[in-house]
Amino acid sequence: MTVLSHEMKTSFAFIERNFYLTRRYWGWELAFLVYSVAGALSISLIGAQAGDPRLLLSLMIGAIFWNYLSVVFSWIAETIAVERWEGTLEYTMMAPIRRSTQLLGSTAYAIVYGLVHTAVILVVLILFFPQLDLARANPLTAVAFVLLGSFSFVGIGMIAAILPLLYVERGAQMTFVLQSCLLLVSGVYYSISILPPWMQVLSHISPATYVLDGVRAGLIEGVPITELGGDIWPLLVMGATLIPLGVWAFGRAERYAKRTGKLKRVG
Amino acid sequence: MTATLSPQLNDTTAIGRVAALVVDHAVKRFNVADKRRPVMAIDDVSMRLERGEIYGILGSNGSGKSTLIRLICGLLTLDAGRVEIFGHDLVREELTVKRLINRVSVDAAFFKKLSPLENLSFAARLYGLEAGPARSATLEILARLGISARRADRPIEQMSRGMQQKVAIARALLTSPSLLLLDEPTTGLDPRSKLDVQAFIEELRVEHGATIVLTTHDLAEADRLCDRISILNDGRKVVESTPIGLKLLVAERYDQPATLEAAFMTYTGRSLDDDHEETEETDEPN
Ligand SMILES: Nc1ncnc2c1ncn2[C@@H]1O[C@H](COP(=O)(O)OP(=O)(O)OP(=O)(O)O)[C@@H](O)[C@H]1O
Ligand SMILES: [Mg+2]
Repeated sequence: MTVLSHEMKTSFAFIERNFYLTRRYWGWELAFLVYSVAGALSISLIGAQAGDPRLLLSLMIGAIFWNYLSVVFSWIAETIAVERWEGTLEYTMMAPIRRSTQLLGSTAYAIVYGLVHTAVILVVLILFFPQLDLARANPLTAVAFVLLGSFSFVGIGMIAAILPLLYVERGAQMTFVLQSCLLLVSGVYYSISILPPWMQVLSHISPATYVLDGVRAGLIEGVPITELGGDIWPLLVMGATLIPLGVWAFGRAERYAKRTGKLKRVG
Repeated sequence: MTATLSPQLNDTTAIGRVAALVVDHAVKRFNVADKRRPVMAIDDVSMRLERGEIYGILGSNGSGKSTLIRLICGLLTLDAGRVEIFGHDLVREELTVKRLINRVSVDAAFFKKLSPLENLSFAARLYGLEAGPARSATLEILARLGISARRADRPIEQMSRGMQQKVAIARALLTSPSLLLLDEPTTGLDPRSKLDVQAFIEELRVEHGATIVLTTHDLAEADRLCDRISILNDGRKVVESTPIGLKLLVAERYDQPATLEAAFMTYTGRSLDDDHEETEETDEPN
């Protein structure tokens, strides 16, 4: 118990520090929010143009969800990249903390930030499209799926964080590669049924596919979460494997960096 | 599990018995390019520091000082050899060891947009300190190093290099390390700040019984602070003695003036046999 509470307290270090960073850069955060809103809006307008309210809602969900994923990943990758860049990573790694504590602290902040960010976009879009009919929506299902999927995304985020750990200049950018692959196979803007069969195999191992399925079922059809077991258990399994896998992989990368002297920047 | 979080307990029981730091036949190579022989950054180095000692490491650029410090704080893994801190093995008892050490490097690595207080609050939390007391301790240490509370609230990027370096020193002191690794801590400081920091280092030893490893290119500083000094040359420890011992050694054995500078030149100089070999190698026509 003492160990657990100690770990929780320590991981708060990362949450607090990232909050300070957000606060210091609040002007940029605002600009980033404008960018995200504009992006989600543009996609949704495709649905509005088609005059199909169902398509509109479906695209809107895809755009907002995609934004959430991008924000979470970029926070995870960027905090590691900035630490590498500034050289503080050496100090963080010297501290008497478990790597899992560090990763969980950073990713927890990314999730909270992503949720706030996404909520703002959602509100703006709902105001922008008064024709949206959300009377049947089941928001509980949507929220539950986003939270459930977040476990898997945290795991993937940890694996993605290896890139900026080892490749300080371009590593953070390379996480975009991972993101765009998820975008391609997870049915963010279209149904995965139009993909070639080999790609559909990838769709089924992407947690994003199940999250989007669940969120759409909840918001469009109003399906209660209890009826979506088929989407829930893959997310549970993936979350339970991807987080330990992420911690393990990051640990491997750290050992590699320490063997080859890759953590060093100056001096 | 709680025992690893309060390692001080183990130390006091073994007081006076265990060495503060044991480096035992440490080896570290770096692969710099395929098909090239790896660089021997640390080549069979051993040392033993007693509690409360200030131990200086001298050597020319690229002799392996920073690499040795990184090996001791676990930022690099050893290729061979062993490091023990207050009797705890660096690899097997990682968290215990980490709680006992801290390091100041030549560059002040911070989140430059954040203030000293914000940066140090992060450091304090990592070491399990309570936020309130950590804040007052931070302000106290910063004030002691000549940085006012007003300054402590503004982004680090607005500070001069020397001031940033002082904040870096404060970060290390905040966690009350039993073993403090200082990698050129006073490089780039003005003469007064240098004296401030040197006085502070002495105070740390006297009042807190900290053991300190210090690398520096300032020989007067090494002379003033260090109980013992070793000189590294191409990753090898070529000599180890007290400052006086070193001076006498070069005077007696090499007929040089009895100064640390003469000792440094002699032991890192091109005139040593090993260097001849190396010169021959690189001069080889192909
Ligand atoms: N991360 C690294 N990757 C590859 N080679 C490295 C790395 N770190 C150090 N080296 C090499 O190891 C040797 C020792 O370097 P080190 O930084 O320890 O020297 P130093 O004594 O601290 O020098 P200075 O006085 O300039 O700080 C050098 O040849 C250097 O090129
Ligand atoms: Mg150095």
